[in-house]
Amino acid sequence: MAKKKLKSHNINRDWCKGCGICVHFCPKKVLELDAEEKAVAGDTEACIVCRLCELRCPDLAIEIETETETE
Amino acid sequence: MAVKDFLRERFFPHLWCPGCGHGTVLNGLVRAIEELGIRKSDIVMVSGIGCSSRISGYLDFHTLHTIHGRALAFATGVKMSRPKLNLIVPMGDGDALAIGGNHFIHACRRNIDITAIVMNNRIYGMTGGQYSPLSGYGAAATTAPYSNIDHTFDVVELSKAAGATFVARTTSYHPKEITKYIKKAIQHKGFSVVEIMSQCPTYFGRKNKIGGAVEMLEYMKDQTTPIDSKAKAENPDLIERGIFVEKELPEYCEEYEKVIERAKGGA
Ligand SMILES: Cc1ncc(C[n+]2csc(CCOP(=O)(O)OP(=O)(O)O)c2C)c(N)n1
Ligand code: SF4
Ligand code: SF4
Ligand code: SF4
Repeated sequence: MAKKKLKSHNINRDWCKGCGICVHFCPKKVLELDAEEKAVAGDTEACIVCRLCELRCPDLAIEIETETETE
Repeated sequence: MAVKDFLRERFFPHLWCPGCGHGTVLNGLVRAIEELGIRKSDIVMVSGIGCSSRISGYLDFHTLHTIHGRALAFATGVKMSRPKLNLIVPMGDGDALAIGGNHFIHACRRNIDITAIVMNNRIYGMTGGQYSPLSGYGAAATTAPYSNIDHTFDVVELSKAAGATFVARTTSYHPKEITKYIKKAIQHKGFSVVEIMSQCPTYFGRKNKIGGAVEMLEYMKDQTTPIDSKAKAENPDLIERGIFVEKELPEYCEEYEKVIERAKGGA
């Protein structure tokens, strides 16, 4: 299977309630809360596309968009 | 279909508090449905009353938001009249095991093909943090300011003893397990119970000084372990996660069909 690579972190700011779950449990510390207490992706290069942020978010506010890696 | 196609997006952002574990149950549940590829119109979700029960309003299936503790009774009626539909009944711990305790044990005993999801946050969230039968000895609640003296039910043991033919448990820290067990529970023919330990930071977390959602999830990570793990042998207080029961027994609606056939042929 072709390897998936990160395209973008799509964070729905209207739905995010700033609980910090995605931030705290991201294994690569990619995410942070901004001044408005909304999740934002900082160091996107470090993201390993584990999708745990997307799966754990209680507000369904994160979507990890991927694209297929081209050699 | 994408996850969002199963949601009634017009009701979002949902009304649950920041960090409420019920949202993660919703998240895992839609993914289970998406992975199973069941048509929305083949699912009937029936819920009672409670923060947890609000889940039915957010999902674009056939949904019934009924009365406190009685969701399984309504679901039984729907299933008996339309046995081909998939019935999913999400319940709070109070809804399922306080006011709804009798409906719960008898649905287990009948082995009717319904998937019950117990969203166990160990408290009555909706009404302001009263203790529930799952709060446990020593817990604090609005109605137990000097600590609770009632002992807890164990949802898994209770379901097993009452006769459920599929019983699993996980937590809102373990989203992949939520999806996996809900999928298996829906596929199982018979009465299935999936207990999902969920966090209510607003009442249980605050009253018990555990902290917010993050600390409560850390607790679920530390205090649970897979069935028969080495960690469990070393620390018997850990709560086990996994599939506890998965067995075949005659299903209620099918048995009822046979009764109808007997009645037609006899007399
Ligand atoms: C017959 C009846 N009794 C009591 C209530 C009040 N009531 C509403 S929700 C609830 C308990 C909610 O707790 P739980 O089922 O654990 O769900 P949670 O809100 O924690 O998700 C109670 C007692 C009611 N709505 N109907
Ligand atoms: S888990 Fe979801 S709601 Fe919580 S901060 Fe992250 S994006 Fe926002
Ligand atoms: S996909 Fe994984 S690594 Fe990437 S931001 Fe989410 S939790 Fe972090
Ligand atoms: S009161 Fe508790 S259970 Fe209800 S929405 Fe808030 S955190 Fe969730």
